[in-house]
Amino acid sequence: MSEFLIYKLILVGSVFGITLFVAAYSTYAERKVAAFLQDRVGPDRAGPFGIFQPLADGMKFIYKEEIIPVVSNKFLFVLGPCLAMLTAMMAGVLIPWGNTLIIGDQVYSLQIADLNVGILYVFGVVSIGVYGIMIGGWASNNKFSLLGAIRASAQMISYEIAMGLSIIALIIMTGTLSLGEISAQQAGGVGGDWNMWNVVYQPLGFLIFIVCAFAECNRTPFDLPECETELVGGYHTEYSSMKLGFYLFAEYINMFVSSAVISTLYFGGYNFPFMNDLGLDHNTISIIGTVVLFAKISFFIFFFMWIRWTIPRFRYDQLMNLGWKILIPLAVFNIFLTGLVMILLK
Amino acid sequence: MLTNRSKLVVKKEMTFAEKIYLPAILSGVAITIKHLFRKKATVKYPEKQREISDVWRGQHVLKRDDKGAERCTACGLCAVSCPAEAITMVAAERKKGEENLYREEKYAATYEINMLRCIFCGLCEEACPKEAIFLTDRIVSTDYGRNGFIYGKDKLVESVDERVDVTKRQTPAVLAFKQQKRLSHNK
Repeated sequence: MSEFLIYKLILVGSVFGITLFVAAYSTYAERKVAAFLQDRVGPDRAGPFGIFQPLADGMKFIYKEEIIPVVSNKFLFVLGPCLAMLTAMMAGVLIPWGNTLIIGDQVYSLQIADLNVGILYVFGVVSIGVYGIMIGGWASNNKFSLLGAIRASAQMISYEIAMGLSIIALIIMTGTLSLGEISAQQAGGVGGDWNMWNVVYQPLGFLIFIVCAFAECNRTPFDLPECETELVGGYHTEYSSMKLGFYLFAEYINMFVSSAVISTLYFGGYNFPFMNDLGLDHNTISIIGTVVLFAKISFFIFFFMWIRWTIPRFRYDQLMNLGWKILIPLAVFNIFLTGLVMILLK
Repeated sequence: MLTNRSKLVVKKEMTFAEKIYLPAILSGVAITIKHLFRKKATVKYPEKQREISDVWRGQHVLKRDDKGAERCTACGLCAVSCPAEAITMVAAERKKGEENLYREEKYAATYEINMLRCIFCGLCEEACPKEAIFLTDRIVSTDYGRNGFIYGKDKLVESVDERVDVTKRQTPAVLAFKQQKRLSHNK
């Protein structure tokens, strides 16, 4: 039992560390990608190619003056960024970071907790994330913050519906809610055993899911909650120092977790083509699989950034039109289609 | 409508392809990914400097004549011509025995240019009847305070052994212009 606890603690610690590390370097990657897409060089002063930039940014955030407005609700003002950070970190528990490792006669799973209601848990945690933004915006006692918070909550709640509906079609297909099992079902792929990733069977569902993921992460083209051009800084207008850092950081953690969920649900998770034809032993394949999963996640993080520096922001009415009048009917149609095909195949 | 260049704005309904956004997004994404591999326009400044023109207008210099005496006679024409009002000076009379220091009988005891005000237009150089002030190809360096940008004679006057070359700015057009000003007294 104690061995189990230690192993889980190590796993939790490493996932926590990796998540923070990836989020920190996402901020660096964001600036680099932005620069490269605009024919610039980007940050290159802190260390070679500027790789110590996240450390410098973190130091700056910590040493900045911490301002709490007099008119704000102090408890909620501090609670907001904490909640945003907490919920962002919580979703990482369910991601299967790799297949099992066999050491001696013990089997170690690289997933912290394989809940049988996995996806529901992810959705539940993600939807709590909106409270961090709402509370922060409201507690600031500032019109711009409040407007940003209202936009954020309206947007996140609207797009959660379409996101949930797009997942239902996937669940009809896989027959399970557990992320671990969904990953395992997509094993193999191209190679000896033909077993495609879910994106091949669910292209429409994937499209809806990724659009909603953009909206859930408040990323461009859905970055209305913090659009500088209209709302100064949106919900984090009044925040300074590390509290602002937490809000910005939570966004990158959300991006990382979303990329991980997309990779797991639609792009085979830790599985890669020809994995069963290489003739390697189980542990090696597991380790390669974890690397492959991180490659997929990195691609999706890059995709998030790529889109950000390509598409301008939606107008508020366009956002609501897209969410309620296009994505939700499309998702329902997708459920209907998937159900029909499943019945016909039986 | 005079030029026939004004366009009539038509608010037409979006087609289906436009309504689903995706084709437009894909073409946009294709454009941005091309830029990822393009040559960067950035010049990494302190290590690399941009090539500058021969007639670049940078930090000023107050010239000395061949014998090492300051040419400036503190007439104030540069200060008058300066559109940014960046130049101030205090004139003084040359004493006996200072002939090797100042060429004219009147000279500038203090001469200050505020580099934050200066717009580097070169009008001071154009106005100067004594060919005393020139703009050079040197770049005004940065500073943490405002006082550091007020350049006095210590920074502006060239030293006797290290003359500042301003011949590059003397293009044929400039020389022709100076011919017109008939600066015979400068010979």
